Amino acid sequence: MAYLLGIDVGSTTVKLCLLGEEDKILYSSYVRHYSRVKECVLEELEKIRAFGNVFRVNITGSAGLGLAERGKMDFVQEVQAAYTAIRKLYPDADAAVELGGEDAKIVFVTGGTEQRMNGSCAGGTGAFIDQMATLLDLSVEEMDALSLKAERIYPIASRCGVFAKSDIQPLLNQGAKKEDIAASIFRAVVDQTVAGLAQGRRICGKVLFLGGPLYFLKGLRKAFKETLGLDDEHAIFPETAPHFMAIGAAMSAKGAHEEPLDTIIGRIRSIKTEGNVRVGRPLFSSQEEYDAFTKRHMRSDLAFENILTYEGDAYLGIDSGSTTTKLILITPSCKILYSHYQSNNGRPLEIVAGKLKELYKLMGGRIVIRGACVTGYGEDMMKAALKLDFGIVETMAHFKAALHFNPDVDFIIDIGGQDIKCFKVKSGAIDSIMLNEACSSGCGSFIETFAKAMGMEIEEFSRLGLFAKRPVELGSRCTVFMNSSVKQAQKEGASVEDISAGLSSSIVKNAIYKVIRARTPQELGEHIVVQGGTFLNDAVLRSFEIETQKEVIRPAIAGLMGAFGAALYAMENTRSDTLISDMVSASELENFTYDSRSTICKGCTSHCNINILTFSDGRRFISGNKCERGAGLKAPVQPLDLFAFKYEYLRGLPTPKEKKRARVGLPMQLVMFEQLPLWTGFFEACGFEVVLSERSSRELYYRGQHTVASDTVCYPAKLMHGHVESLLDRGVDFIFYPCESYNLDEHDSVNHYNCPVVAYYAELLKASNGRLTDENFISPYLDPNSEAATVKSLHRALAKYKLSLPLIRRAYRAGLNKLRAYHVAVVAEGKRIIAEAERTGRQVVVLAGRPYHADPEIDHGINKLLCSLGFAVVSEDSIFEEAPLVDVNVLNQWTYHARLYRAAELCTRHPDLNLVQLVSFGCGIDAITTDEVRSILEKSGKLYTQIKIDEINNLGVVKIRLRSMLAAIEEQARRRQ
Amino acid sequence: MSKEKRERVDLREKHPVFTPEMKKDYIILAPDMLPWHFGLLTHILAKDGYNIEILHSDGRQVIDEGLRHVHNDTCFPALCVIGQYLDALKSGRYDPDKTAVLITQTGGGCRASNYLPLIRKALKAEFPQVPVLSLNFSGLERDSGLKLTLSDIIKFAYAIFYGDLIMTCFNRTKPYACSEGTCEKVREELFSWLYAAFDTKKYRNLRSNALRILQAFAAVPVTGEKKIKVGIVGEIYVKYSPLGNSHLEEFLLSEGCEPVVPALMDFILYCVVNNLNDAKLYGKRSISTLLFRLAYRFLYGKQKKINALMKKHGRFEPMHDFEELRRLADKVISQGVKMGEGWLIPAEMAALATSGTENIVCAQPFGCLPNHIAGKGAAKRVKELCPNANIVPVDFDPSATKVNQENRIKLMLANARENM
Repeated sequence: MAYLLGIDVGSTTVKLCLLGEEDKILYSSYVRHYSRVKECVLEELEKIRAFGNVFRVNITGSAGLGLAERGKMDFVQEVQAAYTAIRKLYPDADAAVELGGEDAKIVFVTGGTEQRMNGSCAGGTGAFIDQMATLLDLSVEEMDALSLKAERIYPIASRCGVFAKSDIQPLLNQGAKKEDIAASIFRAVVDQTVAGLAQGRRICGKVLFLGGPLYFLKGLRKAFKETLGLDDEHAIFPETAPHFMAIGAAMSAKGAHEEPLDTIIGRIRSIKTEGNVRVGRPLFSSQEEYDAFTKRHMRSDLAFENILTYEGDAYLGIDSGSTTTKLILITPSCKILYSHYQSNNGRPLEIVAGKLKELYKLMGGRIVIRGACVTGYGEDMMKAALKLDFGIVETMAHFKAALHFNPDVDFIIDIGGQDIKCFKVKSGAIDSIMLNEACSSGCGSFIETFAKAMGMEIEEFSRLGLFAKRPVELGSRCTVFMNSSVKQAQKEGASVEDISAGLSSSIVKNAIYKVIRARTPQELGEHIVVQGGTFLNDAVLRSFEIETQKEVIRPAIAGLMGAFGAALYAMENTRSDTLISDMVSASELENFTYDSRSTICKGCTSHCNINILTFSDGRRFISGNKCERGAGLKAPVQPLDLFAFKYEYLRGLPTPKEKKRARVGLPMQLVMFEQLPLWTGFFEACGFEVVLSERSSRELYYRGQHTVASDTVCYPAKLMHGHVESLLDRGVDFIFYPCESYNLDEHDSVNHYNCPVVAYYAELLKASNGRLTDENFISPYLDPNSEAATVKSLHRALAKYKLSLPLIRRAYRAGLNKLRAYHVAVVAEGKRIIAEAERTGRQVVVLAGRPYHADPEIDHGINKLLCSLGFAVVSEDSIFEEAPLVDVNVLNQWTYHARLYRAAELCTRHPDLNLVQLVSFGCGIDAITTDEVRSILEKSGKLYTQIKIDEINNLGVVKIRLRSMLAAIEEQARRRQ
Repeated sequence: MSKEKRERVDLREKHPVFTPEMKKDYIILAPDMLPWHFGLLTHILAKDGYNIEILHSDGRQVIDEGLRHVHNDTCFPALCVIGQYLDALKSGRYDPDKTAVLITQTGGGCRASNYLPLIRKALKAEFPQVPVLSLNFSGLERDSGLKLTLSDIIKFAYAIFYGDLIMTCFNRTKPYACSEGTCEKVREELFSWLYAAFDTKKYRNLRSNALRILQAFAAVPVTGEKKIKVGIVGEIYVKYSPLGNSHLEEFLLSEGCEPVVPALMDFILYCVVNNLNDAKLYGKRSISTLLFRLAYRFLYGKQKKINALMKKHGRFEPMHDFEELRRLADKVISQGVKMGEGWLIPAEMAALATSGTENIVCAQPFGCLPNHIAGKGAAKRVKELCPNANIVPVDFDPSATKVNQENRIKLMLANARENM
């Protein structure tokens, strides 16, 4: 009998397995294919010649799909292949988890067979781990080894690679230990698998772990075992894990025809890669065109001055960015003495300290640094560690630098490694700021990571793209999607040149259409300055000019603009030319060392993860905290914070009570958040004891994570699962959580719906949480506007407790009164805050979103951050009733959202009221409200600031955004005077 | 809350309005939303003097136009529709000064009713003169609504019944047809015959018309092979539109399956019934409740008639009975879940699974809000009810790769083959 051959061609690797009699494994292999799918498979096939001439073959895997189709060979879907092998080799397994390059899969064997793959938007795969290792500047093996030495775990968003990166980058910059980060990454992978794949089913019993990453990475294994609570007997890591699917494919080959190896090889060799990739236009059609282009851009260059001969004053600018560190030293006439641009490899402080030492040597005592200024993510830390004179928010630094190159500039776009920032400039001041949101971040560094993966330097890689004949069109949603588009294009035979050009244009399109949200190139402006390291890539620059049909200015120091702006700021603000900068001296630098330690702040209930840097001279720097308390500083003034007021008001509602009828649990999120007074009032008046779910936290989320059914739903909804678990654990008699198509009619919109998620989440909870029954989970359909219908519905739902209709009616009215009292209190407190802010000269931020955004785990303490920046904070629900009714362009049909439009309208009427809109990631309805709120504000010259929130816990980007807003508000106020 | 006279500010931007005079020389573009039904519907409207043209444009340039004009987080159908409009207007085939566009609105609690303002915003940037017409029964956009007579509405109902019947018979015949192209020919013949029937009063002869459709498809010679049946449920646009679902029906046919697409009339009945449910759940009763009840009786009566006819004819399994769908829904989710396609999705999944189509693709736009609950969220319940159900949720999005989607469908098919 001919041997059985299974070929598993995944997104990153090729696996082969040869089975002999009784499924004995004769040969197996596992190699990376670097997108050279066909060649790699052919090379591998040569290696099995020794085993015979005739085989039965079956192909599996995501890249095998196209191969099998075109080569007309048998194909088996990879999860099915795994399932076949599991039943043969591990008949007693209860479940199996398989992580591959791009897909994660789960197979439940017992208790209802089920096979699942991850959704389209998911991290937690091999490619994700590779990316994270690159980010840490480690090989995957090194990262694995480090993870085993971890002391603590940071919460890292596991929704996808892009989100995780947003969480990790600041940790790196704060100096958190790589050991801990590595372990946290593995933990995030596990969380993603549990949340994204298990979807309400518990992974238990005897579990098989399959696929390359789970075989090679000990840290990942450990994380799975710990999180799932499995002992050695129940967590099985087979030796065959890396090529397990290939075994399954081989087993599925039993029905295939016998074929000589050469025929098989011939079939694969003859496969033509089809030209079904989408192609754009070439960036340059000729060398002449390119030469003219470079010549034009050479004009925007700064002059240099020799640091080895120059004598006199100088100003230092440092840009401590998320992925790169930039330094520049300039003369008072803006000539460059020294500049440096480097990837910070997760050790920004070491790099800057090292470069400063070098700088002092070069200056040789002839040059005096009069002022030094730092900007970027690492601003606070650098300023403290190196005793720099000034710190300036990134946006201002970039703006200053751009002004230097073109005083008429009206539009600036900066594409850095992680972020895209755009400013519109009107009469010499920033008029509006657009920053990318988490989802579209990391585009700049993506090119670099990709180039590295191809074994190239970024310069070489981008040069290849310039004359590409058929640049491929790649998607523009995010880098995770881009990554898989690139791989698909490669499999279709696209060349490195075409991909390089395609990536450049993809990044530009993302910036123009998704971040700036421009509809036509005219919207951008006439005098455009482009900057940021990514624009040093001529392919990106050219793509930008093609897409906007404009000639733009790219300074030769595009990558150093932040640092340059900082240096300019230092120069402008150093009043005297006799003062010497306070920054660390050459001798201090000689002995400069620091130690990093992370811990949890116990200053308040937020329990921030903080990081303490201790410097050799005994000074300390604390970061990661949301407020000033943890940093050892007292809040300068009494915070004016309506968010905190609301949350505490609601938490304090239930009155401790003797258990009378029963204990009812109210899960405090979504519709229950604002209606807590109503239902607390109702149930207490009916004689129940009311129990609230715990205060929200990341831990609470993890407790309910295994029942989350849809990984793209918003974070407040996901948290709800934890609240339900919390109430079940507290042993309530039943949980009450109604379904409401309609919310309160506030008579200011066409309709007064709840959003679909808020309206019906009870249905999902009931369907996905096995602990919930009709007995312990009561979720009637109610319309709070109709007393008659609601009373009837409650009567039916609570029939078990035999409440009389009049009692229910009385209790319901009591509840409504409590709700009204709550609204009145919120409005009154809002008024007090605004008055107090006016008295003390503080700007007010209307932090506008949904009522349930006042949950500290949802807003991540943005209210506190705002207070620490000197703002007073109110919420949209405290002020909208002051505003007139508005007719808006969109269909205004949701209660909570209607408040936003009115709050925005009110802000346009008060100079001291500013609106910041909180948007939950995945909130489809806010895709509509945000544009409308923005247009209401901008029509009267108000700044619009939007902050996307999710599980991401790190406020680094948010802080930059809010500080930029503050700077722009101040600027605008100055102009008004 | 007080209802006293409050200040009111109008922040709306001016937009062009479709006036009755425009009927005579304007072309009205319609999206490629319901390939089986829109042809008949536009034919009916043409009788009222509306010159409607359905766009069949496909491909990357459509998606690119959409991406350019629509917020990233807006749902995929909005992107497809807007992409088609802008692509068409830029093609030079239409005079922008003599063109209007059409969109449907249900007035429900999901985002779909906001497509209209989104289209207006998108057009404003490049074709500010193009008016947007709304087709809705909720009293929205009174100045830009398509003016429909009662006779139109009744004709619509018949058109949808016939469209559903042709779609169903076609899908059940096509995979088994002995020769290529016969089914398509029958379909084209039936549609042109129906166009003529709508020009006279013949369209009302439900019995004989339906019978003619049944007989036409029954006459197509078929092989006796057995194929895997795959049901398609989900958000209305990606369920029916090939542009929205990357030609899902064709893909399933190429995989040797029989696609089973539930009738559009079920969605119409679902919308009607939701108004009755609102009356029951929330006491929202008004004169329109009465009208909806009448409409429901009329439509459901006709549906029953067609199904009875199908049963008697014997060749094709009848379509879902709507009351049966409601009963099935009650076992999975409350009929109160009425936003988007709401309870209809799990009801259709259950109906498919209990009537021999256990394999189901639940198609949804990436990040579709109602589908979190009624699609992905309810799948578990459906499986408890029908343990053999083999459901795969598939997200459709401009950036998701085809391999990713197809691989997931293939997994479902692998399970299906195993169960066969």
